Amino acid sequence: MSEAGIVIAGAGHAGGAAAAALRQFGWKGAITLIGDEPLLPYQRPPLSKAWLKGEATAESLALRPERFYTQQNIDVRLSSSVASIDRADHAVCLTDGTVVRYEKLILALGARARRLGLPGFELDGVLELRTAADADRLKAAIGPGRRIAIVGGGYIGLEAAASARALGAEAFVMERETRLLARVASPPLSDFFAAAHRAHGVAVFTGAQVVGLAGRSHVSGVQLADGSVLACDVALIGVGAVPNEEIAAASGLECSNGVVVDGQARTSDGDVFAVGDLTNRPLALYGRRGRLESVPNALEQARQAASAITGRPASAAEVPWFWSDQYDIKLQIAGMPFDVAALVVRGDPASGAFAVFHLDAAGCVQCVESVNTPDAFMGGRQLIMKRKPVDAAALRDLSFTMKDLAA
Amino acid sequence: MAKITYIEHDGTAHTVEVADGLSVMEGAVNNNVPGIDADCGGSCACATCHVYVDAAWQHLTGVKNESEASMISFANGVEANSRLSCQIPVSAALDGLVVRMPAGQH
Ligand SMILES: Cc1cc2nc3c(=O)[nH]c(=O)nc-3n(C[C@H](O)[C@H](O)[C@H](O)COP(=O)(O)OP(=O)(O)OC[C@H]3O[C@@H](n4cnc5c(N)ncnc54)[C@H](O)[C@@H]3O)c2cc1C
Ligand code: FES
Repeated sequence: MSEAGIVIAGAGHAGGAAAAALRQFGWKGAITLIGDEPLLPYQRPPLSKAWLKGEATAESLALRPERFYTQQNIDVRLSSSVASIDRADHAVCLTDGTVVRYEKLILALGARARRLGLPGFELDGVLELRTAADADRLKAAIGPGRRIAIVGGGYIGLEAAASARALGAEAFVMERETRLLARVASPPLSDFFAAAHRAHGVAVFTGAQVVGLAGRSHVSGVQLADGSVLACDVALIGVGAVPNEEIAAASGLECSNGVVVDGQARTSDGDVFAVGDLTNRPLALYGRRGRLESVPNALEQARQAASAITGRPASAAEVPWFWSDQYDIKLQIAGMPFDVAALVVRGDPASGAFAVFHLDAAGCVQCVESVNTPDAFMGGRQLIMKRKPVDAAALRDLSFTMKDLAA
Repeated sequence: MAKITYIEHDGTAHTVEVADGLSVMEGAVNNNVPGIDADCGGSCACATCHVYVDAAWQHLTGVKNESEASMISFANGVEANSRLSCQIPVSAALDGLVVRMPAGQH
């Protein structure tokens, strides 16, 4: 039998990065990368931003060019779907019946858009945004004079709203919570983004519960709990993502809102690793576990798995971070808002450049949300790592530079 | 098209051809040159594509904008010739460019 090598299931950001990291770290054996999409691993962030606006090419979307996989001797099988894992046999079974044996398996199956099961969900023109194919459908449906309803005021929905405005479409956002980004950002940030979107002509409705989609065969409006219907030509549902953990769970791997992994991306089976949006991982800096949906997380875990497999020493836990671009607003978030006792706003939100620091009871920075202030993001990230209390008044005082504060 | 040499912190050199229009960062990533992580894919949001530009090339690689300057001033081991390689576009004028990598990007 030829050596089985490493099989990576899922050819997205984390899977593609894991393949590259394995070669960088000196893995000489076989690598098989299996993905159900027709495309080589690509970046999803531009799908709601530059790609949607028509400002990116397929080449720039790809994580790496095609020749990379030949040069690095990575066997890529696209449009191939993994049906099951047979851990006793060290093999994965594809939906076409092919059996692929592994020495080590890296699961990188990602997450999928959450479905609300609303009446009318199946109508034409009701879209979601997770894949390049989704983005192409959305792009084709928006343009000058078109009206897009965005259900869910999270990052993807808001980025899509900004891109829709750039394309000349009308946009309105329906959010069930009392503020935008309710689960993922602080109130000052929610207020700032609501104002920014309104200034760009987006109608923002909060506390607005969508109960269904109206239309005969094509969507014509969204229905609210109060009985009213708001007309639209296309509806984008952006209400979060759920991990593709079913195959892992069926094989008996421990799952709990994601495949449970340790700080080296190892699952409950020592020969199986899991990386990216799929995983429920330790958040070492916060003494907790959680599921992260971000590119930096996918890359960090890809490096963790590749290090463990090639016997490199484990690297120190990174500060989780995230970015989002809307209009000319550059948002960067470092850390996570656990055990927050105080919020400190540095700079004036009305100026369009400010940062919100989240401090715990000891005055240590847990999280920073920076808007057009890269120094606050970088300095904040260092402060989170240092776990050294900071003086809130000094943090608020712009005459102290972030360099001084982080020193 | 430009030939670019990337020198790892341990001295290992990688010389690759990079097409015009790509960034110096993309040239490294597309060829799996270790030492440039580029976590944000070129959005100038992560500072994990830090390089040192050899003196002879500094005037040809352009100047840092405010955002790049701010991000890079917090990177480990920052020097006067530090740049974020995703912010340096490649053109024939950069044929022969040499950049060196810091000890780590994280
Ligand atoms: C529109 C959009 C914008 C985003 N913007 C940002 C941003 O600005 N910043 C940021 O940090 N993050 C952003 N993200 C999140 C980021 O893209 C994800 O965190 C990242 O893609 C996770 O990588 P992954 O490999 O775990 O999952 P994915 O990239 O989703 O890859 C998983 C792959 O596995 C495939 N797969 C699933 N099941 C199977 C199977 N059974 N067999 C074979 N293949 C399978 C999937 O089709 C997919 O190709 C964004 C995401 C989206 C959708
Ligand atoms: S790739 Fe992130 S700043 Fe250059």
